[in-house]
Amino acid sequence: MEPTNVNDPEYYHKVVDCQHACPAHTPVPEYIRLIAAEKYTEAYMINWESNVFPGVLGRTCDRPCEPACRRGRVEEEPVAICRLKRVAADFKGEVKALMPKAPQQKNGQKIAVIGGGPAALTVCRDLAPLGYEIHLYDEQSKGGGMMRSQIPSFRLPAEVLDEEVNYILDMGIDAHFNTYVSSLQQILDKSYDAVFVGTGAPRGKDLKDLPGRQEGAANIHIGIEWLASVAFEHTHKIGKKVIVLGGGNTAMDCCRTSRRLGGEDVKVIVRSPFSEMKASPWEIEDALHEDIPILDNHVPKQFVIKDGKLAGMLFEKVKAVYDDQGKRTLVSTGEADVFYEADDVLVAIGQENSFPWIEASCGINFNKWGVPELKEPIFQSSNEKVFFGGDASLGPKNVITAVAQGHQAAISIHLFCQGKPLTERPAPGTNLVSTKMGIHEWSYENDVATDIRYIVPQADKALTLKDRKKEVELGFDVKTAFKEAQRCLNCDVQTVFTASKCIECDACMDICPTNCITFTHNGEESELRTRLFVPAKNLSQDLLVSPTLATGKVMVKDEDVCLHCGLCAERCPTAAWDMQQFFYNVTKAYQ
Amino acid sequence: MTYLKPKFHHPDLPKNKLGYTRKYYEGSLSTLCAGCGHDSISAAIVEACFELNIEPHKVAKMSGIGCSSKTPAYFLSNSHGFNSVHGRMPSVATGANLANRDLLYLGVSGDGDSASIGMGQFVHVIRRNLNMVYIVMNNGCYGLTKGQDSATADVGSKNKSGNINQFEGIDLCGLAIELGATFVAQSFSGDKAQLVPLLQAAMSHEGFALVNVLSPCVTFNNNTGSTKSYDYVREHLEATASVDFVPYAEEITTQYEEGETKSIQLHDGSWLELHKLAQGWNPEDKISAINALQNARKHHEILTGLIYLDTDNKELHDLMNTTDVPLNKLTQDVLCPGLEVLESINADLR
Repeated sequence: MEPTNVNDPEYYHKVVDCQHACPAHTPVPEYIRLIAAEKYTEAYMINWESNVFPGVLGRTCDRPCEPACRRGRVEEEPVAICRLKRVAADFKGEVKALMPKAPQQKNGQKIAVIGGGPAALTVCRDLAPLGYEIHLYDEQSKGGGMMRSQIPSFRLPAEVLDEEVNYILDMGIDAHFNTYVSSLQQILDKSYDAVFVGTGAPRGKDLKDLPGRQEGAANIHIGIEWLASVAFEHTHKIGKKVIVLGGGNTAMDCCRTSRRLGGEDVKVIVRSPFSEMKASPWEIEDALHEDIPILDNHVPKQFVIKDGKLAGMLFEKVKAVYDDQGKRTLVSTGEADVFYEADDVLVAIGQENSFPWIEASCGINFNKWGVPELKEPIFQSSNEKVFFGGDASLGPKNVITAVAQGHQAAISIHLFCQGKPLTERPAPGTNLVSTKMGIHEWSYENDVATDIRYIVPQADKALTLKDRKKEVELGFDVKTAFKEAQRCLNCDVQTVFTASKCIECDACMDICPTNCITFTHNGEESELRTRLFVPAKNLSQDLLVSPTLATGKVMVKDEDVCLHCGLCAERCPTAAWDMQQFFYNVTKAYQ
Repeated sequence: MTYLKPKFHHPDLPKNKLGYTRKYYEGSLSTLCAGCGHDSISAAIVEACFELNIEPHKVAKMSGIGCSSKTPAYFLSNSHGFNSVHGRMPSVATGANLANRDLLYLGVSGDGDSASIGMGQFVHVIRRNLNMVYIVMNNGCYGLTKGQDSATADVGSKNKSGNINQFEGIDLCGLAIELGATFVAQSFSGDKAQLVPLLQAAMSHEGFALVNVLSPCVTFNNNTGSTKSYDYVREHLEATASVDFVPYAEEITTQYEEGETKSIQLHDGSWLELHKLAQGWNPEDKISAINALQNARKHHEILTGLIYLDTDNKELHDLMNTTDVPLNKLTQDVLCPGLEVLESINADLR
């Protein structure tokens, strides 16, 4: 193998698994260390710069970071990254003074932002400090988009959302709420310099063709519309017997909200096997905890109407069969169809993009999936003035992806308004600095804690089920947060190897507690992987390969289960190994 | 600050036939200087015991005083150990071995502990052919007292303060052969590919096995001009042969041209495979082994690998006709066989 090019910032970035997996590339280990040091404000600001809504995401994020966490490969459970983020938000001090402000003197260019959700607000935040005059249009009465309309208050209290939305609106955004944009052409006619569309995926999928759908319409609701109606206080109750169709996070929110609005016998009924449900495991767990059974392998067949009113639903029982390619088909088990009574049915089987307000005259091309034709990370549509982000751009994902897309769209808009090519994007900000303080002394805590993952306490079920707005999760207290933070392996503190200093004494190889390091003869990667002290079977993890050393061997380090404990560097007589803290920051438009 | 090794290990760590991983053969975190050759030897001992499927509770680690003699704390935490007086490890090992011959005795000593204060003990334990592995971690200086020249420092070697050694260095391997040692090997801490099979062979050998390992002192004897530095040793290594250890009941699979290879069977049935033999050297012939050592010295080479092996020998227990059973397992009826036996002994003496 060629020696690893560690001058490419992406190499060390990839070692920081959590940060690399995060769509917004939030510097996770850095803020976890700040939490352990009780510097909650600083931890919050690191988050805020990167993901804009730390308080919201600390409660509701899809957490792509956690399955990636190296801790999960070393022991059983990853670090509770998401809930530590909430700790930063819960215990922070004054942060507003630390945020960039919009200049009094505007730069003379005007941007229209359509939608008030995470992507749209991110664009506002990134562009306002640059002096753009920003007009935001949203049909709801307050900002937040789906974070307000689809995430129930018992998961995300309104005050938390208001606070973080207002940090952005207070940057002098000219917000037009309760304003539904029914024509993009009208917006374009107002001679904005650029338009950002962040209108989400607003259309909930329905079961239009299922028998009984028309007759039972009064008691059949589309999940996301029903959640929005609850959030904006239009709906206050639901029948005692509720069926929720669907296996995603929206279904989980629907069933748990139903329990709080009078639903006593609430069931989730899903087509797929339980193990293949789309909802996050922790959300499924929370639903089960609230006495909501989940019935899998049931395909809806009919809404059953009695006396002109919905009485329940009929389901066909199926099982999953997989072909050679692993493709799944649901086949009937041949058992009799089953009937479940219901006063109300909530349909939460997915959502789609919908742009009835974009006229053909706007010149925006859509692909076969009904989303605009655009390229990551540019997000510019076929009308060069119109940019997309969030669920409206590449289809429904999640909040953190919307934020990441918002950052990139903001960069594109800024480049576009300056007349610069959109492909010349700013490089990430990086820093690599030694943590060595003395013999056996580093500026990070290199002692590896063996604690297993701490559980976030929850409020009493008897209380939370009575009050829709009562937050279920209580969050970590400061002491538990510290202990959980200590579980972090500090993967951003990189093992930096200088081949010219190595005397090949093997001390690092002998001491490494997880046997990551091998000195051996070089070879092709696939073959070299088999020859390491412990063969490197995890192909998603890179090998760090040194240039050829004096004896003709090379140093090969398998990054897979490195504990970043620094023992290699402590046992190195010549400081050929050093523990260096790597900081990687996706450059934002205003930076 | 780290003074404890993290408890986590690689999830795919291989297990040996006993179901143990290498982790089970490790010791506590070393307090020797970073980069000390002794730590590599400790790691080689761990590797050798792991691969030989040795039960750690069947090992006794014996040592004297010095940097080398601290190392038993850094390997085989689950074994027995005795950290004895300076230079007196051989007599403690002799006593322990006579009391319980069922254990594997790993003696760890240094150049000071063996070639200076313990020389008297060293020569006699060889002479008696005690069944043990005697590892010398040889760095040519007194590291624990800030690097004075030791008795194994070569003539002309320069120490860290710039002084040239005027005295002849003791060649432990040559001395051991002279005194009748039945297994003599020399290796380098930085060459585990050679050291591990040699240690395995020494552990499988019945009788006294000396493994003299050059082990650079990174702090006091790794300077230019020293003949025991990493660089010097690497440049002057000359192997007698490459060594493969083939455990008992495993098939020899490698094929070499005739005349280049020699296989020697050890007492426990395992094999030592030696390839690319040095010219004119026969490891089973004492005179040729001594010649090889002398030739190497003449050419300023450091001869490593197996140097001499005598598989047809009698160890101390056989020489003294002692009991086959460890003393702590002798029951009263064996220890006090009764009046009849006493009378027959007495009758013999009349």
